[in-house]
Amino acid sequence: MTRRNIEGSFHLSGGDFTNAGAASSELKSILTNLGINPEIVRRAAIATFEAEMNVIIHAVAGVMYYLITQDTIKVVLNDMGPGIPDIDRAMTEGYSTAPDWIREMGWGAGMGLPNMKKNSDRFKLDSVVGEGTTVEIIIRIKEGKTE
Amino acid sequence: MTLGRVIEILEAEVVVDAIDREMEIRSICSSDLMSDLLHFSSRPKSILITGLNNTQAIRTAEIADIKGIVFVLDKRPDKETVRMAREKGIPLMVTRLSRFTACGRLYAAGLGSCTGEDR
Repeated sequence: MTRRNIEGSFHLSGGDFTNAGAASSELKSILTNLGINPEIVRRAAIATFEAEMNVIIHAVAGVMYYLITQDTIKVVLNDMGPGIPDIDRAMTEGYSTAPDWIREMGWGAGMGLPNMKKNSDRFKLDSVVGEGTTVEIIIRIKEGKTE
Repeated sequence: MTLGRVIEILEAEVVVDAIDREMEIRSICSSDLMSDLLHFSSRPKSILITGLNNTQAIRTAEIADIKGIVFVLDKRPDKETVRMAREKGIPLMVTRLSRFTACGRLYAAGLGSCTGEDR
């Protein structure tokens, strides 16, 4: 069965822990309601949730944009945050710049970026210090087709 | 193992009940850091044993398809956490046990890790 592309976006507010995760939760519902394989939905939900939490924790604000096609789930997050000075180091499991109070909230394990990469079929990270970070997550719905 | 049996073994108080206590639980995830759970939780039908009694635990359970949460050391969730758990249909329990003892009792009773590392 074919379906039309579905796209949308969510605005994210830095520091808003009350609604933290709400965008990923809604995207997960959309994917589930489309009848996409639960394991693929789960991977997409985890990758986007980690990316969303990074915006909440580190940035002033951000936007999560999604595009669901027949073959892929694409999620792009743009934030107005401090940027990442050393991307290689940030991708290292266990490395975190989050303060102690964030760890008390359950975050700052230093696994966020590795988890995004692990759950994506394609993962791209661009960052400019002092301006912000863009994360692009692509997950294949159908084997063998990337875009 | 059923969720009801998990509740018995942990001598847990139910804060948000499950629709069905006969629901099957196959494995345990345990951490107070949510990204560690998101990294390792790979087996389906798992429960979370944690000391993190806030809404972030509920969100993480929802995202990772975790079937229920047990808070250790008698840590009680606040009203907002309970409200979110009800809304998402995630059962919440509280036990006086520590994380170590809670996991140990369930492991001894036959449940494995959600990481699959004990296979």
